[in-house]
Amino acid sequence: MKPNTPAERLINGILKENPTFVLMLGMCPTLAITTSASNGIGMGLTTTVILAASNLMISLLRNFIPDRVRMPAYIVVVASFVTVVQLLLQGFIPALYASLGIYIPLIVVNCIILGRAEAYASKHGPVASLFDGIGMGLGFTLSITIIGMVRELIGSGKLFGFTVLPLADAASGKIGYEPITIFVLAPGAFFVLAFLSAIQNKLRIGAARRGIDPSNPDCGGSCAACGNIACKQKGGANDK
Amino acid sequence: MKELVLILVTSALVNNVVLSQFLGLCPFLGVSKSVDTAAGMGGAVIFVITLSSFVTSVIYKFILIPTNLTYLQTIVFILIIAALVQFVEMFLKKSIPSLYKALGVYLPLITTNCAVLGVALLNVQKNYGILEGTVNGFATAVGFTIAIILMAGIREKIKYNDIPKAFQGFPIVLLTAGLMAIAFFGFSGLK
Repeated sequence: MKPNTPAERLINGILKENPTFVLMLGMCPTLAITTSASNGIGMGLTTTVILAASNLMISLLRNFIPDRVRMPAYIVVVASFVTVVQLLLQGFIPALYASLGIYIPLIVVNCIILGRAEAYASKHGPVASLFDGIGMGLGFTLSITIIGMVRELIGSGKLFGFTVLPLADAASGKIGYEPITIFVLAPGAFFVLAFLSAIQNKLRIGAARRGIDPSNPDCGGSCAACGNIACKQKGGANDK
Repeated sequence: MKELVLILVTSALVNNVVLSQFLGLCPFLGVSKSVDTAAGMGGAVIFVITLSSFVTSVIYKFILIPTNLTYLQTIVFILIIAALVQFVEMFLKKSIPSLYKALGVYLPLITTNCAVLGVALLNVQKNYGILEGTVNGFATAVGFTIAIILMAGIREKIKYNDIPKAFQGFPIVLLTAGLMAIAFFGFSGLK
């Protein structure tokens, strides 16, 4: 497929460079809000909108932003879109706004967004950048929805809020599924992601195949993309 | 006074920033290979978060509220934090070189640490004043330091264990973090 066409960008974001499973970017929201599948979709689509808009804007501005102040400029663009989206959510989807809470403004520091701005949008045209943002965003949405589904199913026997596994009821002696509540709590997030990346290691897919040092996701996985100055200049705090 | 102690305990232990709120996860996983570097990172984080939560509280109270611009908080806070980290780095390099040597490498890493922005936003959300906000920032950073040093201590020991091949590296660290999160549930009785 020809590179940098809209279709190629979409597939690249969803499969080939999936931000969560392959690039291991944006772990904070991935772990924090995946307590249910619908939260995953909500967070994913919110991020997609911001990612597409900021990619488009940064691509349009790429010839005007001086190289030395590009990071602060990108941050301002991203933060503006986040504020707009936050106000829209607060006004029109208050339920989602309440359940995502502080993680909506924290999209500003999500590595995926600044990463794509630096690695793609600042070097390519507006159409390709827009579709790159949409593709990456959908890839992110897909992965955190899957993680959310796993946690919701194991933790409460439900999917998207509907009971899938009939629950056991001790009082009436009904036999059914005994939910493992820890999976919707904080530790469950770590466990699910641990098994996920163990499977990746086993099958040598995703981050493992790309030769990323899995013990150092911060520098190894995302440094070039994330604008992580310390990694680039000094070889990372770990390597000293 | 009682309230401040409560904030201190709650933010440092009960609602630990890394293990129950998932903020600052990148440095927690990335810079926890040895206790020395973890302690250095922790020190830098305490320094920056305490300072930034003070500055953001002051600016929120005396500039954003009087001018009715509170909806701009995300943009303003992230710019303050980025500028502050730069400024702290320059200041330390110039006037306290010994401290700069100890913390210098970690400072640029901190801008991308979502705990810094997270604390500033939480202070606003919880209606904390300047003093409470600063104490909350300090306590959160102490919680981060506790978590990352514990994690580094465990990882130094894990290195010599016989771990299944698929679980080496990232997965075993995440499993450890999960078990630590369970252990930290014990603190919720302190509320």
